[in-house]
Amino acid sequence: MGLDQPLEGALAPPMRNGELAFEEPWQGRVFGMAKALCDAGCFEWAEFQAQLVETIREWERTPEGEYASAPAEQETYYNHFLAALERLLEAKQLVAGGAVEARSEAFAARPHGHDH
Amino acid sequence: MSELKPQAIRAEALESLLIEQNHLTAEAVDEVIIRYNERVGPMNGARVVAKAWADPDYKACLLEDGTKAIEEFEFEGGEIDKLVVVENTATVHNVVVCTLCSCYPWGLLGLPPRWYKDPAYRSRIVREPRAVLAEFGVVLDDDVEVKVWDSSAEVRYMVLPMRPDAAAAMDERAVLELITRDAMIGVAR
Repeated sequence: MGLDQPLEGALAPPMRNGELAFEEPWQGRVFGMAKALCDAGCFEWAEFQAQLVETIREWERTPEGEYASAPAEQETYYNHFLAALERLLEAKQLVAGGAVEARSEAFAARPHGHDH
Repeated sequence: MSELKPQAIRAEALESLLIEQNHLTAEAVDEVIIRYNERVGPMNGARVVAKAWADPDYKACLLEDGTKAIEEFEFEGGEIDKLVVVENTATVHNVVVCTLCSCYPWGLLGLPPRWYKDPAYRSRIVREPRAVLAEFGVVLDDDVEVKVWDSSAEVRYMVLPMRPDAAAAMDERAVLELITRDAMIGVAR
């Protein structure tokens, strides 16, 4: 598994009860990471839950969150989910502070069409 | 390849770091997604409801102690420390929400539908449950009491829908098809 592992592709968004469980593949990856790390004993699910609640609460105090209206976007929710996961992993020292930022920048700079 | 969103890149960055540090494998992430999409789903909850409909003793146990009553099914992927099952009757309609975030009995109902996480649902179902239920197509008579149950990390709720009369004459498979996810959340009757 190298840096070029594509995030999209094989994960076609699944349908259930006529709805998309995940609107976009990254949302499924984020959810899957959190659960897999929990299953592996990296943290308790309740710890993640608490972090997610706190992240959402903080956002609800920002102007953007205060005036957020329906359709509140699955995307917004998974943004919180991802932010909460990053914060918890940093707190647990499983991921170094700034590491995600740095790698994101590196990934964003990848030339297109050279994933494989 | 198409442009990825910043969050998608960020998620990919996080995953690659975790994989490098041996905290995670891509396969484990795939497995979770498959498990939640296919193996865990509203069908688990439907099996519990069908059993309660068919067996009054089981129903009594389920309403008494939901956590204990579902143990025999050995559902995987739980996160249900305490399950409370609330029964719909001719005079009571129950509906479930999580006003804080999106606590949900995943082990029974799979992943929550997107509207469950919607702040509008989360706030309005508490303030004006009848209006919200009507928007879902559930129009209740005035003499039906509406109870709203707020899930939390500690307690998850599931609604035991009323058994349709037709269920008595059906085989189990047909009964399972009657039981929808929405009915177990309480936004269908």
